[in-house]
Order: sequence, then structure tokens, then C-alpha cells
Amino acid sequence: MLPAGLLNVAYIAASILFILSLAGLSNQETARRGNINGIIGMLIAIAATAAYTLGGFEGVTPFTLGPEGLGVLAGAVLIGTLIGGFMAARVAMTSMPELVAVLHSFVGLAAVLVGLSSYMAPLHELSGSEALVHELEIFLAVFIGSITFTGSVIAFLKLRGSLSGRPLTLPGRHLLNLGMLLACVYLGYDFVGQTNHGGLTSLLIMTGISGLIGIHLVMAIGGADMPVVVSMLNSYSGWAAAAAGFMLQNDLLLVTGALVGSSGAILSYIMCAAMNRSFISVILGGFGGGEAPAASGEPKPGEGKGRDDVVEFDVSDTIELLRSASSVIIVPGYGMAVAQAQHSLSEVVKLLRKSGAEVRFGIHPVAGRLPGHMNVLLAEANVPYDIVLEMDELNDDFPETDAVLVIGANDIVNPSAQTDPTSPIAGMPVLEVWNSATVVVMKRGMASGYAGVQNPLFFNENSRMLFGDAKTNVDAILVGLKS
Amino acid sequence: MKVGIPKEVLAGERRVATTPETAKRLQKLGFEVLIESGAGANADFSDDLYTAADCKIVAGAEALWAEADIVLKVREPMQHPELGKHEAELLREGQVLISFIWPAQNQELVELLAARKGTVLAMDAVPRISRAQKCDALSSMANIAGYRAVIEAAQHFGSFFTGQFTAAGKVPPARVLVIGAGVAGLAAIGAAKGLGAIVRAFDTRPAVKEQVESMGAEYLTLEFEEDGDGAGGYAKVMTEAFMDAERALFEEQAKEVDIIVTTALIPGKPAPFLITEQALINMREGSVVVDLAAERGGNCPQVVADQVTIKHGVSLIGYTDLPSRMANVASNLYGNNLYHLLDDMGGAEGFKVDEDDEVVRGTLILNRGELRWPPPKIEPSPQAKPAPKPEAEAKPAAPATPASAPRSKPKSSSKKGHGGHGGGAKKQSNPLWLVLGGLALIAVGWGGNDDFLDHFTVFILACFIGWQVIWNVSPALHTPLMSVTNAISGIIIIGGMLQIGGELSDPAVILGAIAILVATINVAGGFLVTQRMLKMFQR
Repeated sequence: MLPAGLLNVAYIAASILFILSLAGLSNQETARRGNINGIIGMLIAIAATAAYTLGGFEGVTPFTLGPEGLGVLAGAVLIGTLIGGFMAARVAMTSMPELVAVLHSFVGLAAVLVGLSSYMAPLHELSGSEALVHELEIFLAVFIGSITFTGSVIAFLKLRGSLSGRPLTLPGRHLLNLGMLLACVYLGYDFVGQTNHGGLTSLLIMTGISGLIGIHLVMAIGGADMPVVVSMLNSYSGWAAAAAGFMLQNDLLLVTGALVGSSGAILSYIMCAAMNRSFISVILGGFGGGEAPAASGEPKPGEGKGRDDVVEFDVSDTIELLRSASSVIIVPGYGMAVAQAQHSLSEVVKLLRKSGAEVRFGIHPVAGRLPGHMNVLLAEANVPYDIVLEMDELNDDFPETDAVLVIGANDIVNPSAQTDPTSPIAGMPVLEVWNSATVVVMKRGMASGYAGVQNPLFFNENSRMLFGDAKTNVDAILVGLKS
Repeated sequence: MKVGIPKEVLAGERRVATTPETAKRLQKLGFEVLIESGAGANADFSDDLYTAADCKIVAGAEALWAEADIVLKVREPMQHPELGKHEAELLREGQVLISFIWPAQNQELVELLAARKGTVLAMDAVPRISRAQKCDALSSMANIAGYRAVIEAAQHFGSFFTGQFTAAGKVPPARVLVIGAGVAGLAAIGAAKGLGAIVRAFDTRPAVKEQVESMGAEYLTLEFEEDGDGAGGYAKVMTEAFMDAERALFEEQAKEVDIIVTTALIPGKPAPFLITEQALINMREGSVVVDLAAERGGNCPQVVADQVTIKHGVSLIGYTDLPSRMANVASNLYGNNLYHLLDDMGGAEGFKVDEDDEVVRGTLILNRGELRWPPPKIEPSPQAKPAPKPEAEAKPAAPATPASAPRSKPKSSSKKGHGGHGGGAKKQSNPLWLVLGGLALIAVGWGGNDDFLDHFTVFILACFIGWQVIWNVSPALHTPLMSVTNAISGIIIIGGMLQIGGELSDPAVILGAIAILVATINVAGGFLVTQRMLKMFQR
């Protein structure tokens, strides 16, 4: 039997290790150490809690886990570890967004289950105002957990492409959300104060309704806003854990939930700032596809500018340009990820660097489908991280750059964000590639990006279009550069 | 359809309108290419090369003009010395001629061609809009002229362009002044810079400053407020006071520079007078002046067109055939310009003189003998106008795409707070939110019990720690951040563990067990995938 204080100390140690883990991510060198801190923290937390439930600590123990209970615990942990490990080992880096989304949904689901379970079998006998607070906490934890769960599932399906990326805009959708929210509030009113678990029905109905809210919220958000959605769900999963912490009066859950919750909130804020859109408008959805009717898709002939109005480049022209350029900036977008061009691109970069050119990557905060997605893909392809720079670090350097390769990106290099106040993306910070000597835009066709806006960059005097699949073209460039 | 390329008749003209390479491209458009024997000889394209490119060699200009449906030339039609008649007389009704025409200067020629009822397109009249750039022969030729001007200057300049420190002593770098930063000027800047010289440039249009600086030259400014930006990216005539100030500037500069390249031209006007005799006197002996405007009177009146003269010890170069001196590449680029125009006009299959097409309309001088020049004004593409013109809204087709960085661009609101400094989270706090937050806190304090408040304190402090820590995370690591926070939020496993105390059949226990299962997936999956990702980040 260990002194009861040790449990608290173990929790404090775990909290500190989690904080150190996040702090470690401030740069690439300490990041791995940070992750290991997180793992140690988690092991300490689980071990301490296991010891606690097994009656290993002195003083009040709510129950003592029997051998059967221990078997359940061990079995669940073992199976969970196997599944989790399998998923982590197998996932392709391009599918990271899906994995992250599906993992969020698990946290949401766990929060719902713990909440329901806690209502059915409370840890402590409570009465009066304590019971009321406890019930409210349960209600809140289940509510947030359920939204996180269904929302993440929808996000996962959208990211995987099983569901269309277009936003679903039901008529009166704001009213619908409000109605569902009010229904939940009413059910909450009905739920509290009932004796003998009589509120279970209300709780279950509310779980269903909040699940619908989660589905509807994410369905209404378009493909371009996916980075915000994923980080928002990240935040929710944190708040769900924190609410569970209140419910179970467990400070470790509280602290960890709060850490994760604020982390997700900051990421969402950064993503919104990078798209120059308010968080509210993203959450309420309806942007990022579909809503810019005339401008979207391939412009009709005669209606403006099309493929005929751009200057086309072929692979050999591009090779020529890259050979002669002494400074090159590559701006990748989601198209690069789709085409899986990062590995060949990395080889191209290696060759160019070997021949003395300065090659850098410019990453827009919302490039890809997940914050930092491009960095992970480039890292996977062995691109050294110190040549992968952020928008703010690079924007002043474009005037001194000989060649810019834009690969599968569109909206993030659209000059109309700065020049056309009526554009849907007006004011969004963009990479100012047009200031460089020559811009080669690699694209499959003339279609517009997710914002559905025509990109005047393509028609600039110093822009060249290299049409075709990014992978095929990059491979061809690689072959050309080698010879 | 047959495209015919006659040999140029002007003495000293070495270019040819189509090279074997561009002939191939024309064939891809479906054209049959005929070429007059010896047409490319002066540009180093022998008849054999054309034959190898599947072109048909035709002997004699008359035969060629008679057979071709479309005739491509460089120089405007003129008296043919061998045939003893004017080339215009070879044009037959309905035949298409594409070449330089200079209709404003060559009224008689236009009348002559009109009488033949031919269709004539002038490569010098290609409108300056962005989609027509690929056809813009003036630009492609000016580019060559600018480059060659520097090369010619180098030939007459008695020193290195680049500075050198040798064992025998040091050589200062040449100083080059380029006047007029149009296509030719920029090419001259690039060439001089490439040879290692120190380059300065001047232009009456302040908008080109960025372009000049982007080429690595210093932009000279004049203490005088006047914008020389005329229509279509060309310069306009400046006031006399401005011109005086400009000439004074160049007289001053002449004391320092070794080479002056002048490229100043105003459309439809004689070349502006820029380099005074005093400026030549101010220059060191052995210096060079290249005047690209010599054909139109010259920026320096002492320069003699087509000749190299020496005055006050300064070599004055007045060649007017600079592109022709690089006939090989000039022919290729000009041929490409023609190819793009013919491509735009529908290739061989759909060849059509479409007057609704902006580019064709601008280029068209005569349509079956009917005068179509000058064309109605179209909105030119602004070189660096602050904002799109109002017309651009009414007519989305009009390009409103500043080629260089727009001056009015809002300085990108730098969000450096992302990475750099801790606590850089400066969100504008709205008083309403503060009030609401305060009220919420009061409500919590009012209603919550001690136990709850303890936890609440921990919760709020943890939020702030999270807030501070996360701002330090490098944006490059946002994806690992998400997966690690994901793993950490698997801490909810503890909630599950606290719920499995009852009987195994108890629903609460079953729910708890499932919670443990999914939370473990999260913990294991999250940490492992993070580790996998972080391993990939390497320098």
C-alpha cells in the first residue's frame, strides 16, 4: 500500500510531462524528445490509475477491481494498442488528415461512453447541489463528446472522399442548429434532479440530437475549410476530456483536456487568420465550394480567359529554367499530395541544390488538408526541414527569386486576394509568387481552386503554365535534370 | 493551307520569318510550309535544314508568292531588287500577309497593298494585352536588341565589364547607364549585369522601378514630380522642364559612367532628345554610347544611324539592325511569335480572320483590301497601375492583372505571432466578450461549490498554460502537434478505468470497457504516428 499522496504526485508528474511534450514541439530538434515525454506521462497516468483502482493506494478507494475487472482492463488495453499501433504503422502520410479525424472521433465516443457510464454508476454518492453540478457535468461531457464523435466521423468521410467536399446548405440551417440546441437545453432541464437514473432517456435522446448537430455542422463546411474543421474537432475532443474531468473530479483529465482544447482552439484561430475569415463564419459553414457560381470551374470560352490566354510551358522549358535559376522557391499545395509528387520533387531539389542553386519551399498555413500537412509530406520525402519555410519568412524574398514552381496550389498564390476587394478571398494572406522573375504553375487544367475564384496569376506576363499530372511532370523534370 | 516564307529583300536583313524549328510547329497546326530557296541562309538555316524539317523549297519569290495562301515575312514589303517590282504587287486578292508593316510611317505601302485586295496583319500592331504577349514580336525583338546593344558596347569598350583583382593590379568594374527600362532596356540591364558591370537605370515611369531593381540595377530618381506612364505600358511625352532636368541628370551621370545605352522611345513620336553634347564631353575618353533609338532620330543627336562614329573620344553606336545581327535566335523567336498568332487564328483547319478577336482586330491592317487600321481602342493591360480600372468590372475579359507587384497592395498583415515569441497571441479583445466572460465567472463563483471551484481553478490555469505553450509550436509541426494532442486526449482512458468497478454484466462497466478500448486506440495510434512523423523531419 502506497501513501495516497503519491497518486496526486503521479498525476502532477503526468501533467507536467504532457506540458513538456507540447513545449517540445516548438522546434524539430526537441520534438521527438517531446513526444517521448508524452508517452512517459501517459504510462505514468495509466499505471497510477490502475494501481488506484486495484486498491494500491491507502485511503478511500471507490472500488477494488477484481481479477475479472483486471482482465477486462488488460484485454481492452491490449486490443486497443494493437489496433492503434496497426493504424499508425500503416497510414500513408497523405492520409494523415483522415487518421487524425478518426482518432478525434474516438475521443468523442469515449467521452460519451464514460459520461453515460458515470451517470449509471456514479463513483461517489452525491446529494443536493453536488449532485446537480455532477449531473450538469455529465450532460455537458456527453453533449460535447457526441458532437465531437459524429462531427469527426463526417470529417473523416469527407477527407477520405467518401462524402463530397461540397458544403451541404440546408434551408434555414442556422435555425435548425438553434432548434436542436434549444431541444438539448430543454432535455438538460428535464434531465437534472431525477432520482434513480430516471433521466437516462433524456440523456440518450440528447446524445442523439447533439450527434445530429455534429453531423450537420461538419456537413455544412466546405472542403477548403477542412483544416479549420479538423483543428476545431481537435479542440472539441480536448473540451470533452476536460468535461469528463469535471464529471469524475479528476484533475489530470481536466488539465490534459484543457491543454488539448486550447491547442485546438489556437490552431483553428491560426487557420482562420490564414484564410482571413472569422471563426464563426467557418463554423456556420457554407463556404469553400459551390457558393461562387459563375467563377467556378473552367471558364466558358468567350466568357473571359481560358487556357488559350496563358503561356504554356513544356517540361523541357521548365528544366531549362530550373537549370539556369540560381534561386528557386517551390510552393506546394494539396495537388502535390494528391499526385504523390513529393518524392520525385525531393530528388529534383537534391539535384538542384547539388548544382549550387538555392532551393526553398514556401508553405502557406492552409496548404493541404491539415495544419502543417505539407511539412509532414516533405519530411516524408526527406526534404531537409530547414529549407521548408513559412509564408511570412519567404514573402519578402520573392523579388530576388529567379523561378517559382507552384505545384498543385491555387488560392494560396492568388494575387486577387490583395488587389480585388470584391474577391471572396480578399484580404487572405497569400504567397506573393508573382514578384519573382518567372512563375511556373503546374496544374492539371484551368479549373479554379476550392474558393472557386479565377486566379489572375496564370495570365501574368511572367507566369507559365505546365499542364498535366504533377507526378508525371515532376518525374519528367527529374529525368531531364539527370541527363 | 500553305504558308510561304520568302527571302527578305532588304540589304543587310539576315532574319527569316520561319526557321526549321518553327516550321515544325506550324506543320503541327496543319500548315504546309513553303520556303524560298536561300531564305534562311543568312540566319544559318540552310535549305537542307528546311528540307529535313519537311518544308518544300521553292525557287524564286514570284513562284512562292503565287503558291502560298499565307505569306510570312519579317520586313514590310518593298521594291524587289531582282524582280524589279514591288513585293506588294506579288500579293494577290484574298492572300494573307503577316509581317512588320509600320502602317503609320508607310501610308503609301498600305495603299499599295489595299489595291491588291489582300489581307494584311502587322506584327508591329499586336495589341499589348497579356494574352497577346506570345505574339508580341516587338518585345521579342527589343529583348534581342537590348542584349546586343550591350555586346556591341563591350566590343568598343576597352576594358572588362566585371571588376578584377589580378596580380598585375586591379581593374574597376564598368559602370553602365541604361536609359528607358522597357523590354530592350531591361534586357540591356540584364546583359550588362550578367557581364559583371555596375548598372544604373532611368525611366520616366516610376512604376518600372521595381522591375529595374529586380534586375539588380540601381534606379535613378529625378527630383521632379511627373509620371511618364502613357497608355499600354509605353511612355508619354514629358514637359520641357522635365526633359531639362533629365538631361542635366544624364550630364552629371556621364562623369561617372563608362557606357550609356539609350532605349527611350515614345510611340508615334520622334525619339526624345536626352544625351547632350555636354554629356559626351563629360564622359571619359574610350566610353561608349549605344543609341537604340537611332532609327527614329536618336536619343543622342550626335549618333549617326547604322554607323559607329567617335566624338569627343566617345564611341557612338547607332546600329538599327541589332536583332538582325543575331539573326538565328531572332528568327526563331519571331517565328514563334508568328506561330502563336496563327495558332490563335485557328491553325490550318479553322483559319479565320476573326474581327471579333481582340488580338486579330488589333493586328489587322487590311481585310481583303479594306482598311482596318487603326483599330478601335481597347483596354491595354496596365504595367503597374494601382487599381483595376472601373471598365474592368464591366468587362471581366479585360485583363486587370498588374504584371509587377501592384503598388497599392496592402502590406500583408504579418502574423508573426504564429511561431516566434511566447504569448504572442494578441487577439483583439472585444469588450463585450470581456463582460460576458466576467459574468460567467461571477455565475460560477456564485453557484459552484468548493469542490467544483477547486477543479475550475485548475481548469482555467491549464487553459492558460496550454495557450502559452501552443503559441510556441512551430507551424511546420502542426500536424505532429495535432496527433500528439490527440494521443494525449486519450487520457480519457482514465475515465473509463474508473467506471469498470462493478459487475461485468453491468451496462456501466461495458460502456466503460468500450471507452477504454477506443481511448487506447487513440493513445497508441497517436503517439506512434507522431513518432513516425517526427523521425522523418531531418535536416
